Amino acid sequence: MKLKGWKEVTPGAVVTEAGSALKFKTGSWRAFRPVWIEENCIQCMFCWIYCPDMAIKTKDGKRAEFDYDYCKGCGICALECPGKKGQKAIVMEEEGK
Amino acid sequence: MATPLNLKELSKKEVLLTGGHRMCSGCGAPPVVKMVLLASEYPVVASNATGCLEVSTCISDYTAWKIPWIHNAFENAAATLSGVETMYRSLKKQGKIDKEIKFIAFCGDGGTYDIGFQSLSGAMERGHDMLYVCYDNGAYMNTGIQRSSATPFGADTTTCPAGSAVPGKLQQRKDLTKIMAAHGIPYVAQASPSHWSDLMKKVRRALEIKGPKFMNIIAPCNRGWRSRTDDAILLSRIAVETCYWPIYEIENGVLRVTSKPKEKKPLTEFLKPQGRFKHMFAPENEWMLKVAQEEIDKNWERLLKEEAFTAQQEPAKE
Repeated sequence: MKLKGWKEVTPGAVVTEAGSALKFKTGSWRAFRPVWIEENCIQCMFCWIYCPDMAIKTKDGKRAEFDYDYCKGCGICALECPGKKGQKAIVMEEEGK
Repeated sequence: MATPLNLKELSKKEVLLTGGHRMCSGCGAPPVVKMVLLASEYPVVASNATGCLEVSTCISDYTAWKIPWIHNAFENAAATLSGVETMYRSLKKQGKIDKEIKFIAFCGDGGTYDIGFQSLSGAMERGHDMLYVCYDNGAYMNTGIQRSSATPFGADTTTCPAGSAVPGKLQQRKDLTKIMAAHGIPYVAQASPSHWSDLMKKVRRALEIKGPKFMNIIAPCNRGWRSRTDDAILLSRIAVETCYWPIYEIENGVLRVTSKPKEKKPLTEFLKPQGRFKHMFAPENEWMLKVAQEEIDKNWERLLKEEAFTAQQEPAKE
C-alpha cells in the first residue's frame, strides 16, 4: 500500500476500505509450516474455528487448503487436530527444509 | 433462521475479522473475536479500547475488521459505544434507520479491569443496550507485560518481576465478572475459546437480551504467559478444567455453571506450562502454590453454592 500524503488522509483517519489488512501478508512471519494430510482429516473443523489468522480456507462447509499468505505458523491447528486413528491430519514442518 | 451452532454451517458464514492482522503468532484474542462475530445473527457495530487487539488489527490504513469499528482511547470504549448506541436509538426514533443493529465493545483486561473500569461501570449503570466483551490475558501485554488487576497471584511480570525482592505478583486477581454481576445487569457470563460452542451460545443469549451485558473471556498470550505458540486453546481448556477460569453465566440473578469439570485438575497443571509461574515451583516458593490453589478452591466452592442458592431463589425461567 502506498503511503498517503497529508492531503489524502481522510478526516479522523477513517479507514474506508473494510478488511484492507488482507493486503498485508503475514505469512512471511512463519518459522514452521502446517501441512494438511487430507486422508487423516475427519473434517471436524476445529482448526478452522481455532485459527487466529483465518488462514484455513473453507468450501461448502468443509476445510480446504491452508492460506499460507496469512498463516503465521503458530501450530494451534496441529495441536488441536484430533486426526484419525491417532494419525494427525496436520503436522508442522520447519520452513525452508 | 439462525445458523445452527455447528462448525460446518458456521464455516459457510463470512468471518468478519480478516487475516493479515498483526497479532502475535498463536494469540488467543483473534479466535475469541472471531467466535463472537460468528455467533451474531445481526449486523454488529464495535468499539475497541486501546490494547493489543486494537493496535494490531487497525494499523494506519490496514484494518482487519469488516464491520463498522471505532477506537477512541484506552479508558472509554464503553462510553464511546454508549454514545453510538444512543445515536442509533435516536435515529431509529426519527425513522431514519430501521435495521436491528447490535453493539459490542471489545477490550482487553487492562482496558476493562483498570483503565476503562469507570466508563464500563457507567455504561452498565445507564443501561445501554450493548454487549461488553473483555478478552482477558491477564496483564498489559501490548506495552510489555506489566501487571494489571487481572494478573493472577504469583505471576512474573515486568512490574512485579520474580526475583530476590518479590516472588512475582503478591495480590490476588480482581473478580471482575462478579463485580459486573453486582451491577444488577441482566446478563453476565464468563467463557473460554476452548469451549467454542458454549462461548457462542452465550453471545447469542446476550444479544437477544435488551440492556447492558458483560462477558469475560480468557485469551491466552504466549508472549506474556511465557508458553508455547501452539497452546493458547489448550491452556484456555486447562484453565476451565482446573477451575482457574470457571465458565458460567448469570441471567437475571440466576447463576448457572455451564461446564463443570468431571474431575477438577490441580492448579499446577495450569501453572506448569507457563514460564511466568516457573519460580513458584522452586522449593522456597512452595507456599505460593498452596495459596494459589486455596484461592481457586475457595472461589469454586463459593460459585457452586451461589449456583444452588440462586436456583432456589428464583423460579425457573421459560
